[in-house]
Parts: sequence; structure tokens; C-alpha cells
Amino acid sequence: MGKMIYMDHAATTPVHPKVLEAMMPYFTEKYGNPSSVYSVAQEARKAVDEARDKTARALGCRPSEIIFTSGGTESDNAAVRGAALALRQGGDHIITSSVEHHAVLHTCQSLEKQGLEVTYLPVDRYGQVGVDELEGAITDRTSVISIMMANNEVGTIQPIAEIAEVVKSYRQKGRNLVFHSDAVQAAGALDLDVNKWGVDMLSLSAHKFYGPKGTGVLYLRRGTPFTPYQTGGSQERNRRAGTENVPNIVGLATALELAQTHRESASQHSRRLRDRLIEGILSRIERVQLNGHPTNRLPNNVNFVFEFVEGESILLNLDFAGIAASSGSACTSASLDPSHVLLAMGLPAEVAHGSVRFSLGTANTDDDVDYLLSILPGIVAKLRAMSPLTQTPTS
Amino acid sequence: MYSDKVMDHFFNPRNVGMIQEADGVGIAGNPVCGDLLKLFIKVKDDVIEDIKFQTLGCGAAIATSSMVTEMVKGKTLEEAKTVTNAAVAQALGGLPPVKMHCSNLAADAVHKAIEDYEGKRPGKKSRESLFKGEAAEAGVRGGREAPAYDEHLHHEIPEEED
Ligand SMILES: Cc1ncc(COP(=O)(O)O)c(C=O)c1O
Ligand code: FES
Repeated sequence: MGKMIYMDHAATTPVHPKVLEAMMPYFTEKYGNPSSVYSVAQEARKAVDEARDKTARALGCRPSEIIFTSGGTESDNAAVRGAALALRQGGDHIITSSVEHHAVLHTCQSLEKQGLEVTYLPVDRYGQVGVDELEGAITDRTSVISIMMANNEVGTIQPIAEIAEVVKSYRQKGRNLVFHSDAVQAAGALDLDVNKWGVDMLSLSAHKFYGPKGTGVLYLRRGTPFTPYQTGGSQERNRRAGTENVPNIVGLATALELAQTHRESASQHSRRLRDRLIEGILSRIERVQLNGHPTNRLPNNVNFVFEFVEGESILLNLDFAGIAASSGSACTSASLDPSHVLLAMGLPAEVAHGSVRFSLGTANTDDDVDYLLSILPGIVAKLRAMSPLTQTPTS
Repeated sequence: MYSDKVMDHFFNPRNVGMIQEADGVGIAGNPVCGDLLKLFIKVKDDVIEDIKFQTLGCGAAIATSSMVTEMVKGKTLEEAKTVTNAAVAQALGGLPPVKMHCSNLAADAVHKAIEDYEGKRPGKKSRESLFKGEAAEAGVRGGREAPAYDEHLHHEIPEEED
């Protein structure tokens, strides 16, 4: 295979060489269990402590408020379930949005089975939650509010700070409300200062910002009610039992530090490529529609619907041309359901069928965008010529 | 994920297009994921002389459409009626389990195109009523409702040719 142009950074990213370098010693030399007393273990302990300090600096919080987890999914599960179960005596109502990642949605559904009540807020056609609607959904029983910072499929950024203001006003009236935000897609693109956003819990996943897979962060503001979901040893201050994944934790902190340092320049880079790509597609291909918010979106997200064609068939053609992207088509999901995000935004299932997401990263170049723009119109035209929904006779 | 044979038929589909004065048209919709296949046949002396397809769907849907046209072209109607979804999938060197349902489109559309042709012959049901019935059926077959293309697309769908 020739050169591969990777445009699926919302799915995962390659590990940055500096991150890998930082991780390596903890596999083979400093392999001790951080809970042990001898020196090879103490080196590992020190590495985890340092990683925690670094992570806390990136989030503007205390090191003790950082819990290392096995990834975004675990952080989301832990946050929503941990707070909802801890608050169950006083409240049993969760508010979330209909465009959350399944890590949040399926956790909420499982809590519904345990007798909790969940409101799944609708979104507008850009995928945004209405702050007034959210406030209107708060009842005497509401305990947890979980709204993602930025959407993984369409890149739409949610009004987190405004929601935090609402939560704060209820708290001042004596209500015990916990506000969680899934910031898995926001890292590297948005500021992660938890006090600026006003969140009580925040989820991150290292593999979305050039760190290793299977490692994440749950930020847990001091004093937030929390029932640990994983019990055993006393690691992570009894909030998440299990021997620490030392190399990955080191990798996560290194990657997060790099992401924060280069956030402005990286965002600027992808924003420029993003806008070129959006413009290019709009001007070269007819009957397309940009999904997500036109401006209030992640700097690296491009998501289009190509009418009359199906996403997987576009992806296969792109892959053949050496480009990796993804789709919200039912045909590309293991469940054969179309993207719940696009449906929540009001797209009919058959339109969601033709959706393709390109998510850019630091390695992408203008040449990559040019190349994509040179082949994409041909791919869409070829598939449309084959489509029973297109008019043009082909023979 | 797909076999070489599937990829070959996907990238170089055989018999793509439509037949203006088709003797029979078959439409199959996929209730699982909402894909659509339209098949046109030209029949002479009970033999499928020509066949063309149009498909909106995944790699497996396009490849099975292409494959089935190769399998039945030049066959008698009776032979073509015996084509099964499994046979199409097998001819392609198999499909991933999650994609097995995609092969349903292909054989179904062939059978419907033949029914359409037979219905139009003197003494049989008129083509139009049959066609409409089948299109509707194609949309709601199975336990789950498939998108009815003509009704729900919020943009205008080009007119079907008659
Ligand atoms: C918004 C969002 N939340 C949660 C996750 C899950 O993260 P992980 O893959 O680390 O479990 C993802 C990634 O797929 C995501 O995009
Ligand atoms: S037809 Fe949709 S998955 Fe193949």
C-alpha cells in the first residue's frame, strides 16, 4: 500500500514519538508495582505521582482530584453511575443529551433499568442543546447532569459554561446537583480548565490526543458525591481499585502536556485545513450538506452528507485511494443503526446513510486536502451513477 | 473485511445501469439498514437476455447486486428463479456475518423482476398495480420499518422513470 492519509483522528490518533519514549522505561526497567516499597516500585510510584501533577496542571485542578481510568468509556461510566448512585437518596433523575457518546447513553439506559429516571434532551439541527430547555428539565429529583463538551461525530461544541451557570444557581438554592462533561473530543482543541468551565466531573481519553489507548482521566471535584464502581485495592484514593497502568499513565500525562502546549498552533492548523476542505467539498460536489454547527465546531471536524449514496461505499473507495475516514451510515455500524447523533439532529435515516466524517490531525497537510478534493467528486459521481435514487441514466 | 471477489465486484460492478424499456423491474429494499436495489431485465424466449442494476448501499450490497446479474444473465426464467441469497453470498467467497443480510437484496430483486415480467404477460396482473404493491412491500418487509424513500427524504427525489 502506498501512502496512507489518515483523516479519522476523532476515532483515534497515533502515539506521539515523545509519548512513546516517555512510556518505554516503565515496561522493561521501572516495571515495579507502585504500591510496593522497594526502589523499582518507588520509581513507578514517582512516575504516577508526576503524571498526576502534570494532568492536574492541564486541568487547573488539584492532583487529588484526578483519577486515572482505562479510557473515556470507563470515565463516563464512572462519572454518571458513580454520582447518580451516590446521590440516589436525595435524587434519582439524570439529565443528558440525545447526542452523547454511547458510553454515557448506555450507562444512563442501564441506570433506567435500575429505577432511575433519565431525560435525554433534544438538540437543534446543529446538534446543540438548549440551555433553557436543560433548565426546564430540572426537577426536584434531578441529581446528575451530563453534557458532552464537543460531539465526536459532528464536532458541535456545547454551551458548557452556560450550563454550569445554571447548575451553580440551583446549587446556591441548596440543591445537590452534579455536572459532568465528556471532554474526550475536546482535548487538544479546547481549553480544559475545569474551573473556567465550571464542571464537577470531566472525562478524557488519552488515545484521542496522541496518547496510548486504554487510558483515561476522570476529574472529580473535591466534595463531589461519588460511589466507586470498581472495588478492590486502595489505589486512586479508593475511588478506582486496580494496579495502575504505569506506562500508559505516563503516556497520557506526557501527551496531555504536549496537547496543551501546542493547542493554539494545532487548532489553527486543523481549522485552516478544515475550512479548505469544507469549502472545497461545497464548491465541487452538488447535493451535499455540512452536518454540525457551521462555526461552533471542533477545529478538526468535517462531516458531510452526500445525497443518494451510502457511506460505507464512499469509505471503501476512499480507502482504495489511501484515505481513512468514517461514516454514520447504518451499514458501517455493527448494530446496523444509523448514527443516533444525525437522527437526533433531525436527519432522516436515509440521509444519514450518506454521511462521511473527516477528522483532521497534526500530520495532515494542504496536499492531503488537495488530494482528497481531487478524488472525492469522482467517487461520489461514480456511486451516484449507480444509485437508484439518482436520475441520470447510465446506459 | 471483504473477500477479494467482493472487492472486485464492488470496484468493477458488472451490468450497472438501467434498461429503458425493461420487460421486468424488481425493487428490493433492505429493512435492516435501509438500502435499495433496483433491477431491470430484458426477456426473450424465457431467457434473461439483458439485466442491469442500480444500488444504493454498502460494499456487500453493491457486490451482491453485481454478482447476481452475472449469475442470472443468459439463464432461463426458471433457472433464475432458483437463485438464492446464500448462493449469491457463496459465489462471492462469503460475506462477513454482519453483512449476510445484504445478499437478501440481490436474489429478492431478481425474483421480483421476474414476477413483474410474468405479471405483465397477457392474462396476468397489470404491471402497474404489481409494481406499486411490490415497492411498498419492499419498504416494509421484515419486522422493522425501513425508510420509505419517497416519503421521508426531505429533498426532492427525481421521478422514477416509468
Ligand atoms: C465523546 C466520546 N466519549 C467517549 C469515548 C470513549 O472513549 P474510549 O475509546 O477511550 O473508551 C469516545 C471515543 O470513542 C468519544 O468520542
Ligand atoms: S446493505 Fe446496509 S449493511 Fe449492507
